[in-house]
Amino acid sequence: MRASAGQGVAAGDIVLSVEDVSLGFGGVQALTGVSFDIRNGEIRAIIGPNGAGKTSMLNVINGFYHPQSGRITFKGKTRSKMRPYEAARGGIARTFQNVALFKGMTALDNIMAGRTLKMHRGVLWQILRVGPALAEEVEHRLKVEEIIDFLEIAHIRKIPVGRLPYGLQKRVELGRALAMEPNLLLLDEPMAGMNLEEKEDMSRFIIDVNNHFGTTIALIEHDMGVVMDLSDRVVVLDYGRKIADGTPDDVKRDQKVIDAYLGVGH
Amino acid sequence: MLYREAGQFKTSYSADQAIFSIAQDRWFVMIVLLLGFVGVPLVANQYLYTEVFIPVLILSIAAIGLNILTGYCGQVSLGTGGFMAVGAYAAYNLALRIPDMNFILVFALSGVVAMLVGVLFGLPSLRIKGFYLAVATLAAQFFLEWAFARVKWFTNYAPSGSVAVGKIELFGFAIDTPDRKYLFVLALVVVMALAAKNMVRGRLGRSWMAMRDMDIAAEIIGIRPLNAKLSAFAVSSFYIGVAGALWGFLRLGSWEPLAFDINRSFQVLFMIIIGGLGSILGSFLGAAFIILVPIFLNQLPHLLGIPLSTAAVSHIEFMVFGAMIVFFLIVEPNGFARLWAIAKEKLRLWPFPY
Ligand SMILES: Nc1ncnc2c1ncn2[C@@H]1O[C@H](COP(=O)(O)OP(=O)(O)OP(=O)(O)O)[C@@H](O)[C@H]1O
Ligand SMILES: [Mg+2]
Repeated sequence: MRASAGQGVAAGDIVLSVEDVSLGFGGVQALTGVSFDIRNGEIRAIIGPNGAGKTSMLNVINGFYHPQSGRITFKGKTRSKMRPYEAARGGIARTFQNVALFKGMTALDNIMAGRTLKMHRGVLWQILRVGPALAEEVEHRLKVEEIIDFLEIAHIRKIPVGRLPYGLQKRVELGRALAMEPNLLLLDEPMAGMNLEEKEDMSRFIIDVNNHFGTTIALIEHDMGVVMDLSDRVVVLDYGRKIADGTPDDVKRDQKVIDAYLGVGH
Repeated sequence: MLYREAGQFKTSYSADQAIFSIAQDRWFVMIVLLLGFVGVPLVANQYLYTEVFIPVLILSIAAIGLNILTGYCGQVSLGTGGFMAVGAYAAYNLALRIPDMNFILVFALSGVVAMLVGVLFGLPSLRIKGFYLAVATLAAQFFLEWAFARVKWFTNYAPSGSVAVGKIELFGFAIDTPDRKYLFVLALVVVMALAAKNMVRGRLGRSWMAMRDMDIAAEIIGIRPLNAKLSAFAVSSFYIGVAGALWGFLRLGSWEPLAFDINRSFQVLFMIIIGGLGSILGSFLGAAFIILVPIFLNQLPHLLGIPLSTAAVSHIEFMVFGAMIVFFLIVEPNGFARLWAIAKEKLRLWPFPY
């Protein structure tokens, strides 16, 4: 894995900005005029009660949903619409709230699949699988083994992920995202459904990814302790609107935030 | 301890990525190849060649093709018969209209023609999935059957609608006896199976499986559904087209569109279900099973001395296939190939079952 500072974006500069984004589904307004930005190299948390629009926000950022209005600027390029694979090409990786792995494939193959965009040998080479084609496969396998070691999942690498427990699946999914060597990593509740120990492991991985590889991270998380520990800045959504934005301490003291959370009994 | 992984340290990732990474697997393949190229010609007679070995090998190619599309990429197809017909009629017309064309080239180009047609009929897969896609491929099947029966050009205006092929020659050798046909097909099968194995364990194969398992997640890692699905249709149809051409030229010699009807589609589909979805080895096991069971059932009454009518035998055949398919779909979707893998796993641990 290489340090993945966005090309042409210095540390601390804004790598992604969301401006006035609105998104509705029929009658449901998932996002209303949301604006915020993510700086290069930071861990940016997105929090809010259930149904606040957090996942929808990530879906807009990586092109799953197309907002009715608003703009997204990523690495200096502004757009209102793109396909998920274009986002991937641009350097955005993500994990899902409900694990979205390739269940029939081994952990190793899942993570190898994350290297797809980095592999360029054509079909004929792949059929022959000698010389440069094999060299490419081996080169990427080495990268993937680094990731596997980093995430401490060497023992399960040949097991089809459908047979793994949930906590390990989340780890493999993180591995697949890391294999893309993204500039921006979107994590949707990476610790949901985990026990304390697994949460600690996952927190450590997130911090390490951020520190060692300089990857910018947008993180959705319900566990307030985790959010306060990990994130540099927090944006708070409620009913599709942004109600607060700032450092964890600022946000924690914000009356609107307290009300929003009390309102849904957190 | 017949089957051991321990003690064979993999010193590099390229060794780990070799096709058959365990020495025993390599031996197994060597032995099978030796049996195929040397053993079989020593013992086989005309009947075994034409009724068993040649059909099993040719249909294995078709099964590999369908397995790539359905087993690896998750796109159900009922159009296998139709795509085989495309290959067969393409080969017929190429051989007819371009005399003296090398037959390797004839078969390869027939595969290419089937590939183009396959991609065309694969386009709906970008919009529809599952049941609806199956229906669309069924429509392709019927359309192709219709086209080959009605458009007289394809059959060179043969009044009966049936076409017959001439002699096949390769580099001055006539491929006219069963043993020569067998060796020719076997060589092609080895090359095509190896190519398929390499594809499915490389980037292409991973993108197919990713599409099959979770298309949304495939897209976010940069796999374009268009590329993944259409490449699966392309490669799959190529294999099926070559199989169709071989079936026409080396198995049938003369045929009508009926030889490639919907029953053929189901036959190949059953092969991959029973043999194992998403397995190259399974494609062979399934083809062998589907060809051998009817032969076995036909012999059985003789062997046991029970008089059974041919009708009864074919009913039993249906029941056996039906039961097997239900069994594999419910209990072991990965078919014989998975049972084989489990057996290997057991052997590897034997005699210490832990
Ligand atoms: N595809 C969709 N179709 C219709 N409504 C949707 C869709 N996706 C999200 N919504 C709605 O948009 C709103 C925001 O949903 P979203 O999933 O973004 O919330 P969230 O903040 O991620 O919640 P949670 O904490 O439960 O994951 C919800 O009311 C939800 O029902
Ligand atoms: Mg959510």
